[in-house]
Amino acid sequence: MARMKFLADAERCIECNGCVTACKQEHEIPWGVNRRRVVTLNDGTPGEKSISVACMHCSDAPCMAVCPVDVFYKTSEGIVLHDKDLCIGCGYCFYACPFGAPQFPQDGAFGLRGKMDKCTFCAGGPEPDFSDAEFKKYGRNRIAEGKLPACAEMCSTKALLGGDGDVIADIYRRRVTTRGKGSEVWGWGTAYGRPEKPPAQPGAKS
Amino acid sequence: MRRILVVAMAVVLPLVAGGCGEKPTVTVYKQGKYQGKPDTQPWDNERFKGDKVAWEKAVKARNLGQNEYERVIAH
Repeated sequence: MARMKFLADAERCIECNGCVTACKQEHEIPWGVNRRRVVTLNDGTPGEKSISVACMHCSDAPCMAVCPVDVFYKTSEGIVLHDKDLCIGCGYCFYACPFGAPQFPQDGAFGLRGKMDKCTFCAGGPEPDFSDAEFKKYGRNRIAEGKLPACAEMCSTKALLGGDGDVIADIYRRRVTTRGKGSEVWGWGTAYGRPEKPPAQPGAKS
Repeated sequence: MRRILVVAMAVVLPLVAGGCGEKPTVTVYKQGKYQGKPDTQPWDNERFKGDKVAWEKAVKARNLGQNEYERVIAH
């Protein structure tokens, strides 16, 4: 099994926030915590681009390196997870993460900065699979159910791909070489209709 | 007086020259050892009952299901 990765396709993302909603709903995430969010560049101007951002499950994760209490571990599938029981909520991982993935609930045992919460690639945590403790602390464990993250599976335009890095890279490669630009883009005709035939010129032979 | 000056120069010069030295300033992160509870493999549960091949097959099917070029052709 190769490493599990996310891949966000800015050409396809329509900023619907379906991934954010899927994540919130799947794991019953409280207010103030956003394991996933959609970032839009040049918002409001023609040609704006959006991408969905969460923990990218780095191969050489900076959060793992800076954690003073070493709560992070990596599964055999390359998913970066952490043990909330040991987290002291110091926030070092938040400073180290280039994606702003670590989140801190504001009503936990540590007051304003609770134990860190982040995307688990829907792989739960070190509690027993499908247990109440696992769901309460880390959310649903879809990976143990043989499924992929809810955000990627829910994405209507498949802008967000998640899964085996080799497979999703192949999907993306084929997409890029096939879709072309502008009206050649796959799905353009379905979304905006096919171009109308030019009206026949009077006197022209058909 | 001259001897004091020579001794002072002998002490000061290496210090000044040392200041010109170049040391690497890139931080090298050293990862600690995981201190938390051990986790199980995703196929070690009541659903897959330790069948790694079945789990990989299920995940692979989901992986490939994201390729709508294949999905649209198939249907």
